[in-house]
Parts: sequence; C-alpha cells; structure tokens
Amino acid sequence: MNIIVLVKQVPDTDKVKIDPESGTMVREGFEAVMNTFDLHALELALRIKEMVGGSVRVISMGPPNTEDILREALALGADRATLVSDRIFAGSDTLATSLVLKRAIERYEFDLILAGEKATDGETGQVGPEVGAMMNLPVITYVSKLLDIKKDSLIVERSVEDGLEEWEVRLPALLTVSRSVSEPRFPTLSGKKRALKMDIETLGFSDLGLKADQVGLRGSPTRVVKVFNVSVTRKADMYEGKRVSEGIDRVVEILRRFSR
Amino acid sequence: MILILGNKVERSVLELIGKAINLSEKSGMKVGVFLIGGRELENAERLLDYGVDQVFVVSDERLERFVSDVYLRVSERIIKDMDPEIILSPADTFGRSLMPMIAAKLETGLTADCTELDFDEKGNFLQTRPAIGGNIMATIVIPYHKPKMATVRPRTFNIAKEIGRKKGAKLEFLKIPDEYFESNVRLLSFKEKRDEVNIQEADVIVAAGKGLRRKENMEIVRELAGLVGGAVGASRAIVDAKWISHDHQVGLSGKTVKPKVYIAAGISGAVQHIAGMQTSEMIIAINKDKFAPIFKVADIGIVADAKSTLEEIIRRLRSR
Ligand SMILES: Cc1cc2nc3c(=O)[nH]c(=O)nc-3n(C[C@H](O)[C@H](O)[C@H](O)COP(=O)(O)OP(=O)(O)OC[C@H]3O[C@@H](n4cnc5c(N)ncnc54)[C@H](O)[C@@H]3O)c2cc1C
Ligand SMILES: Nc1ncnc2c1ncn2[C@@H]1O[C@H](COP(=O)(O)O)[C@@H](O)[C@H]1O
Repeated sequence: MNIIVLVKQVPDTDKVKIDPESGTMVREGFEAVMNTFDLHALELALRIKEMVGGSVRVISMGPPNTEDILREALALGADRATLVSDRIFAGSDTLATSLVLKRAIERYEFDLILAGEKATDGETGQVGPEVGAMMNLPVITYVSKLLDIKKDSLIVERSVEDGLEEWEVRLPALLTVSRSVSEPRFPTLSGKKRALKMDIETLGFSDLGLKADQVGLRGSPTRVVKVFNVSVTRKADMYEGKRVSEGIDRVVEILRRFSR
Repeated sequence: MILILGNKVERSVLELIGKAINLSEKSGMKVGVFLIGGRELENAERLLDYGVDQVFVVSDERLERFVSDVYLRVSERIIKDMDPEIILSPADTFGRSLMPMIAAKLETGLTADCTELDFDEKGNFLQTRPAIGGNIMATIVIPYHKPKMATVRPRTFNIAKEIGRKKGAKLEFLKIPDEYFESNVRLLSFKEKRDEVNIQEADVIVAAGKGLRRKENMEIVRELAGLVGGAVGASRAIVDAKWISHDHQVGLSGKTVKPKVYIAAGISGAVQHIAGMQTSEMIIAINKDKFAPIFKVADIGIVADAKSTLEEIIRRLRSR
C-alpha cells in the first residue's frame, strides 16, 4: 500500500512561554517539532507498510527548515519525503494550505492519505478534511484504531462524543487520526544516519500549476485583524492561615445546596 | 441569512440559535437552521419556538451516524440553494469534520473553535478564537468570501430563549433523492460509550490538578463529586500522568465547561486551563501557593493543601 502522511512543523508549545505583562511570546528556547498527531499518523503508516508492504511518503508545506522534521520522519522509516516550500506560500490559511498540499499529493500514486486530527499550534484540524474534500476522497475523521486491512478497503474505529463507530472505507481514502492509533517508535542511530543521506524532493510554486492569487495571503479567505490578551479577573475572597477553616465553611455552605 | 448547521436537536444547537438571534438583531439577517441526521430529527419542530425564521431538516435512517461523503453531498447542495451569508456549527466531532469539507467545496474561509462572534460598526463579521496554544486571542474576518463559516465550542454561549414562534416561520422536511446516498464508507457497528462522563452536564465540577500529589488521592475528589452529584474534572497535567481519562480534561485541548460551581483543587491556572472554565458561575480555588494564577479567576480562594482541604469539606458536609 502506498501511503502519504501529511506532517506539519509546529512550535513546541509546551516550551512557549508568554510574557504575562506584554502577552507576547518569549522566543527563548523556541523549538520547532513535528506535530504530535502527525507522529502518530506516521507510525500508523509504518505499521501498515510492515504488515502489507508498500511505501510511505511524508509531505510537508513550510519554510526551508521544515526539512528537519522530514529528516526525522525518514529516520523513523519513511521511504521518501517532499518539502513544499516557497515564499509566496507564507500566510496561507487552511484553505490555501490544503490546495497546495492537494496539488503536491496529486503528483504521486497513493492508496491512503493520513493526517493528524489537528495541529497543536493552530488547533484547527481543518487541513485533513479540506484536502480530502478537495480531492473527492472518502474521509474518516477522529480515527482511533485501525482494525483491519482488506484488499481495497480499511476497517477503522472512529471515536466520537457518544461512542465508538466502526467504519469500512474504500481506498483511496483520507483519514485523520488521534493519538491512540499508535505508539510512535524512537529513531535508531542507523535510521538517523540513513536519513542524512536521503534526498528530499522540493517543490515550489511553479511546480504546482496554481495561480498566485490561490496561495499565501492572497489565496486565504481568512484574515487576522486583531490579536489581544485576555485577562479575566475576578476578585477572590482569600482565606489563608487561620482563616482557612472559615473558607471551608463557606464552601460547605455553597455545596450543601447540591448535596444529596 | 445566518445558517446554523447541526445534526441533533440539542443544547449546542440552541446555544448557536441564541447567538444567531442576537447577531440578527444587529444585522437584520434572518436566522435559519439546517439539521441533517437520523430519525430523531423528526422532533425538530420545537426549534421554531426559539424565534428562528426557517428550519430545514434532512432526516433519514441511513444518516443515523456521520456518513461523511453523503453528509457532504447533501449539505453542499442545500447550502448552495439557501445561499447563507454566515454558517455556524458546533465545534464537536460533527462540526469539525463537516464544516471544513464544506468550506473546501465552497472555497471559502472557516474559523475553528470561536469563543466570540460579533459585527463591527462597518458590518464586518468578527470571529474571535484562542491562538498560539491559547496564550492570546485572535480576531478573524473573512472579507471577500461567502459564506463566512465558523465553529463554536459547545458551552460558549447561553441557550436561546423560548421567545415563541415568529410570524411566517416555517419548518420543512427535505426529501433527498436516492442517488445522494451512494457512499464509499459503510458503518459496521456502533458501541455507545458506557460510564459516560459528561462533565459538560454537571452543576458542580470538582477538578483536580498536579497539586493533589498522588493518583490515589483522586478517590477523595471522586468522593466529593459523588456527594454533591457532580462530576470530576482534570487539568491536562494529570490526564498526561494517566490519573484519569481525557474525557475529564477541562481546557483548551479538553472541554469547555460552565457549571454552577467549579472547584479547582491543586490546579495552577495555566491560560489553557482557564480557557475552559472561566465562565463558570462560581469558582473556588484551593492551592497552597497564594500567588497561583488560578486565584485571579476565583471567587473564593483557599490557600491550603488540596487533599486535606477536600477531606475536611467532605467531613463537614457529612456531619450536618
Ligand atoms: C497547546 C496547549 C494546550 C493545553 N491544553 C490544556 C487543557 O486543555 N487543560 C489543561 O488543564 N491544561 C492544558 N495545557 C497545559 C497547561 O499549560 C498546564 O501545563 C496544566 O494545566 C498544568 O496542570 P496543573 O495545574 O494540574 O499542574 P501544575 O502546573 O504542576 O500545577 C500544580 C499546582 O498545584 C499546586 N500545589 C502543589 N502542591 C499542592 C498541595 N499539596 N496542595 C495544593 N496545591 C498544591 C502548585 O502550587 C501548582 O499551582 C495545555 C498546554 C498547551 C501548550
Ligand atoms: N503545512 C502543512 N504541511 C503538511 N501537512 C499539514 C500542514 N498543515 C496541516 N497539515 C496536516 O493537517 C493536520 C491538521 O492540521 P491543522 O488543520 O493545521 O490543525 C496536521 O496534523 C497535518 O497532518
């Protein structure tokens, strides 16, 4: 099975610190990593390949340093990598990003596309379903488990608010996956060495046959017009030291209304 | 028209109706609801009591669960007919799957997980959502495209008021030709989640954080929640530590909650956590660090050990 995994470079949000005064990001120690969900998608792709054969290609759109996460994917066992990069793509929202990714994907043969449920930076989770719809592929979102691989379909579990669904989806298809689909492996030293020598295919604007007003800021219907800090503050009645017991009494008083 | 897209007659849809009516008063736009789903949608008529102009329903036993390609085909068709200015949908697994697919087909913009919607004085539709891991808020507009689409987290807005039927308001059940039901996906089974924890329904949430120190202490949290008929909430730190399942997580990457009473025990109050609970009616924080940011959003703050404070609350509640 030929599988394409869409991977995205995101800031390591756990390390992002915000200056509480200005509300701006403190850039120190600011590191770019592969979106966690995509790591799980990649692991699932590698497992499928190990089970039934085939190949795994990772594709990412981003600035040139996105190469790092593509090398990481190669070190983990991906066979090929494509970096889609061009200055004109800067400022793309999910629609423009999805269109660029669609055009890149169309250059390859595939049976399955995997994307993360969402990226940890924007948390939109839109690119997967948008790419799927643009390419007229069947889409299953929130895939929590791969249950079976058939000749031209997959059986997957989908986790939603009220329960677990089991779907059979005809290939080619696009799935967006949650963390529970797989437990990512760690790269080996030999994998890392191998990855350093591998070629990464690079595609630019001119390779995709798109018009300039379809990509980047111009191709993006959404515009950020304002960024601001929220500071909700309530004035707490504080109970410290000897007064703690008094505070507990107040809480008990409030909870009595609900106690059974 | 402001169109609300949903798959159930439920709270999240009523919350969007409430907001849409409010927006319609500012803009003069009509409010429509389009529901697509299973047979239970036959009860959709009651939505007219909330003062909307139109309700369109596609109800079919083949649409009991989210059949992605059929849902997309039907919605795209109906949305094209209705030609709405704005489409709103809950940011649940339904809205967050279908809305981006529709946006891709209609080649328009979509803003996920909005927490505020408004018009400015020039009539621009302002969509506000948390950005950069919830550390700041961003306001987004879609200046040149139509429809302008947004998903909204359940529990963000208040439920619409039952203001009664509007004159001329109508409900229509739409018939869909059979060829629309052809699909590349097939539902094999559905297992309802048991011991379903819906923290969004609870009047009282007792939420625990790393300050509870040990997984065993979660028993105390459960005990208190049980005593007051409430639910157990959690910070991401303890979900990551596997003290409790993700269903309980409150915050940016968990659930948004709005209970009558929210007790945060041993939770520091990171912005991402606060994003999910700040609109609770009453917030009680217990933390041994009096400078913990959680106190900034609290109504009652107790500077003490979380475990022993909860134990004391339980003891006093029991001995009335
Ligand atoms: C993109 C992103 C999304 C996120 N989404 C969420 C989310 O949805 N929900 C969420 O909760 N977090 C989320 N986080 C994580 C968040 O930033 C915090 O790391 C997390 O909320 C911290 O959990 P905590 O308060 O339990 O732990 P800690 O930060 O470790 O705080 C523990 C607190 O307990 C207090 N304490 C210690 N001992 C005691 C004691 N004996 N008695 C009383 N108090 C004590 C300490 O003073 C401290 O304030 C997200 C982060 C990112 C980057
Ligand atoms: N620039 C990108 N390059 C490759 N894949 C992407 C990109 N942006 C998003 N994706 C994919 O879409 C998923 C959802 O991302 P998002 O819509 O940004 O939350 C990610 O987990 C990736 O699989």
